[in-house]
Amino acid sequence: MIPARFDYHAPTTLDEAVRLLAGAGDEAKVLAGGQSLLPVLRLRLAAPEVVVDLGRVDELRGVREDGDTLVIGAMTPHAEVAASDVVRRHARVLSEAAATVADPQVRHRGTIGGAIAHADPAGDMPAPVLALGGELVVVGPGGRRTVPADDFFEDLFTTALGDDEILAEVRIPSHQGWGGHYAKFTRVAQQWSIVAVAAAVRTEGGSIAEAKVALTNMGSTVVRATAVEQALVGAEPSDEVVRAAAAQAAEGTSPPSDINGDADFRRNLATVLTRRAVLAAAGS
Amino acid sequence: MTATTDAPAMEVGRDRRRKEDHRLITGRTRWTDNLSAPGMLHIAMVRSPVAHATIGSVNVKAAQEASGVIAVVTGEDLADEQGTLPNVWSITPEQKVPPHPSVAVDTVRFAGEIVAVVVARSAAQARDAIELVDVDYDDLPVVLDTRDALADGATILHPDLGTNESAHLVLDFQTEGAAGNVDAVIEAASKDGIVFEREYEQQRLIPAFMEPRSMLCDPTGEQIVLWSATQIPHVLRVLLALSLGISESKLRVVAPDVGGGFGGKLQVTPEEFITVLVARRLGKPCKYTETRSESLMAAHHGRAQHQKLTLAAKKDGTVTGLKVELEADMGAYLSLLGGGTPTLGAFMFNAIYKFDAYRFDLRTAFTNKAWTDAYRGAGRPEATFGIERLMDDFAHELGMDPLELREKNWIRHEEFPFTTVAGLEYDSGNYEAATARAKELFGYDELRAEQAERRDRKDPVQLGIGVSTYTEMCGLAPSRILGALSYAAGGWEHASVRMLPTGKVEVVTGSSAHGQGHETAWSQIAADALGVDFDDIEVLHGDTAVAPRGMDTYGSRSLVVGGMAVVAAAEKVVEKAKVIAAHMLEASPDDVEFAAGAFSVRGTDQAKTMAEVAFAAFAAHDLPDGVEPTLEGDATIDPNTFSYPHGTHLCATEVDTETGQVTIRKYVCVDDIGKVVNPLIVEGQVHGGVVQGIAQALFEEAVYDESGTLITGSFTDYLVPSAADLPTMVTDRTETPATTNPLGVKGVGEAGTIASTPAVVNAAVDALRPYGVDDITMPLSPHRVWRAIQDGADR
Repeated sequence: MIPARFDYHAPTTLDEAVRLLAGAGDEAKVLAGGQSLLPVLRLRLAAPEVVVDLGRVDELRGVREDGDTLVIGAMTPHAEVAASDVVRRHARVLSEAAATVADPQVRHRGTIGGAIAHADPAGDMPAPVLALGGELVVVGPGGRRTVPADDFFEDLFTTALGDDEILAEVRIPSHQGWGGHYAKFTRVAQQWSIVAVAAAVRTEGGSIAEAKVALTNMGSTVVRATAVEQALVGAEPSDEVVRAAAAQAAEGTSPPSDINGDADFRRNLATVLTRRAVLAAAGS
Repeated sequence: MTATTDAPAMEVGRDRRRKEDHRLITGRTRWTDNLSAPGMLHIAMVRSPVAHATIGSVNVKAAQEASGVIAVVTGEDLADEQGTLPNVWSITPEQKVPPHPSVAVDTVRFAGEIVAVVVARSAAQARDAIELVDVDYDDLPVVLDTRDALADGATILHPDLGTNESAHLVLDFQTEGAAGNVDAVIEAASKDGIVFEREYEQQRLIPAFMEPRSMLCDPTGEQIVLWSATQIPHVLRVLLALSLGISESKLRVVAPDVGGGFGGKLQVTPEEFITVLVARRLGKPCKYTETRSESLMAAHHGRAQHQKLTLAAKKDGTVTGLKVELEADMGAYLSLLGGGTPTLGAFMFNAIYKFDAYRFDLRTAFTNKAWTDAYRGAGRPEATFGIERLMDDFAHELGMDPLELREKNWIRHEEFPFTTVAGLEYDSGNYEAATARAKELFGYDELRAEQAERRDRKDPVQLGIGVSTYTEMCGLAPSRILGALSYAAGGWEHASVRMLPTGKVEVVTGSSAHGQGHETAWSQIAADALGVDFDDIEVLHGDTAVAPRGMDTYGSRSLVVGGMAVVAAAEKVVEKAKVIAAHMLEASPDDVEFAAGAFSVRGTDQAKTMAEVAFAAFAAHDLPDGVEPTLEGDATIDPNTFSYPHGTHLCATEVDTETGQVTIRKYVCVDDIGKVVNPLIVEGQVHGGVVQGIAQALFEEAVYDESGTLITGSFTDYLVPSAADLPTMVTDRTETPATTNPLGVKGVGEAGTIASTPAVVNAAVDALRPYGVDDITMPLSPHRVWRAIQDGADR
């Protein structure tokens, strides 16, 4: 790999990282696990003057519980998220999604924070976080602020993060007792999602009490399938009923067309995968 | 010593872990990019981002002034010395071969073509400086498909040729008993039989070898030395000499360990020419290693043909004739083999079947895409795909089981040797045995029953069964046939076997391995022939100074041709050793027999080991009259004929009709490759080959956008499957030895690739026949499959 020349910093604390980033102006990039940034550097699609590497900032790594909230440090690798019993208990769909990211090598280098801050609409981390009503804690020179996932993903590769801000942690209200499933559709295992659906379902007395559904790669950002969620409330988790609700999954979306499929194909996938994800979540 | 009667176990036929694997797998070895030379400079290429344009100007000033830059060389700078890259196969006497400068001079014809070369002290400096070269392009219209290229009024890529057609080859074959040529046979079938027509697509593929191409040229010694990650060091040396006017004796080419090729490194490349020219010009060693993106865009691609097949048959399904019309995409220039690759298919469309008349009609055409050439199987997978897809479709048309239709038409075991309609004599084969075994392992009848059951209950996941009963021609190639086909070189192979004074052995082979396991297999062959230990044998290859004669590795030729040269050379060693041993034993050579590494006097316990004889030949104190010192043998083998492996592959796919996802449920292959030297290596070749064929069926395609930019320019989009995407396969063999070589071997390097693609596509189409689907263009992406189901339902 021969990227364009850049200055490299490897801070060991979040404060130091924020200071370095603030001092670097707007031609700086934050390096998390590098699974998206390094390829674009290698291809010279990006040529930042400064790279601030968070790899040695230990405080950004790890999973913990804070009361009723699951807290995941931004630099926690996908493999750790996928392997964590705590994540599985509070956010099953996130746990499943983390296990589907690319391949084992990528899962051991790539991080949840890096994936969310990158905001690739085909990435697997945003949809579960959005579905579960997660919040993103960001830190900048002005201090800490918390942004709901609903407001965080603004456009293709664009988030509410300021140029001088660093995503520090992901906070997710506990969904203990909920079922969850991430239905991901790809052609080969290590590929980005062509479409994926994150579903979390709480059943009560044999019917669906609450459902949360978000779609990966059905537009320039991940989106909630609110019509489906509403249609599922009080529904019996049978194939027929869920099929009818899932038929609305693609409503209001504007999916891309590319060599893996056109928009019509993606709309079809969204409905099929929503049905499958919800049924699996209801049964899990 | 005393002769022992305990013969060591035979090496040939034994599973041996490959002796070369430790260094290859760990990478602690001599890959070209690992090499360096004193004062070495680094090359980076400026490549055209546009597919077709005239070059207005090339401004190199900023790059020349950049840090560490030694030189920036343009096409104009090299115009007088770069010559043209060679094409060695004139498929017709009129074939049009455009000039192909290594660095474009006035026009670029595909995205990725080299327009300037930067030489710098470090690879990073060279990479930085190419961004400073400013090229002014005046865009021309692009031609991206052979149909457009051959249409009236098309933009002509090479205006001096006046056409985009490189060649039009027509081969008309008919058997002695035929009623007439294929037109007559089709005419007859249209009246009193069936004429069945289909069109298929062979998409463009990228060989995607693991080690990117790399080359290092050191011009500072008496010989110019070029290390290159190539399959063909010997051919490259000759062609460098002929094309660049360098005395052949002043050139040495080395292919150190090479990390895969699949035909993709069977090429004489612009990058190699440039590295030699620039190193010579600067008088310093220069190295170039491509990036993966460069490799995908500019190393040659494969396949890429439109196929139209017309079958004539009797009403009972007996095939009487076949007409094949192909358009093959050459890309922007004619590569080393060029139209020769699709031409190899001419002898394979008739496959294992008997019929009277056959026409092969091939048009090769230029387009604004990367050049194409051999890719694992080279012409034979394309042909096998066409005929095996056709047989499945025709069986469906007749309402006949696809295996039954094949059996009706194939050459029966008792009919061998059999001369095919295309004029090749198949020495051996047993299609009945391979098919019976495959059916048994597959559970054919049970799966058919399950298929019917799923169809009945309209299961959203449908089951399909695909058949491929392939053969191929291996062991390229008899030199006289290559001559008759107007290929510029021969197809022989050379080996020498040297007994060292201490009893150890060096085997020198002209067959230059790039991952096949020659070092192990040749050691096994030599161990049996000489009666020495496997571990005492060293196989040397891939360096024109070490292995001076050779035709290199491609076309499943190594064992059948190169391995036989090892056998013949070892025989000469034994022959000479026997004379020396007889002298040492004071016996007549006629009374000396050789077994298990020892020469003994018949009926006595007097014997000399091969090692003792080797030392005596080295010391040379007391050799028989007329016998030269040292013990070695040389042999060059030119095969009399090809070899014809065959087999039956059966594939069951599950197709999710809601998403279009095709999953392989079961894959059974029964191959007949004759005798086997190393079953473990064969197993690896079959697995890798089948996977590469599955990849064509389901995953891989080089896709360009309408401007001629390669969309699949990285492994993000060019989908090479991994183990996670592939089935566990069931492999087995039947063994019908070749009658045309002493070991009875046939070749296995390409069998899996040739066989598997049609098996998989046939299975997916079979699953979807109730949905009105009769073809899906490869690769069978979920999107295409889903679309085919929607379109089928609309019909």
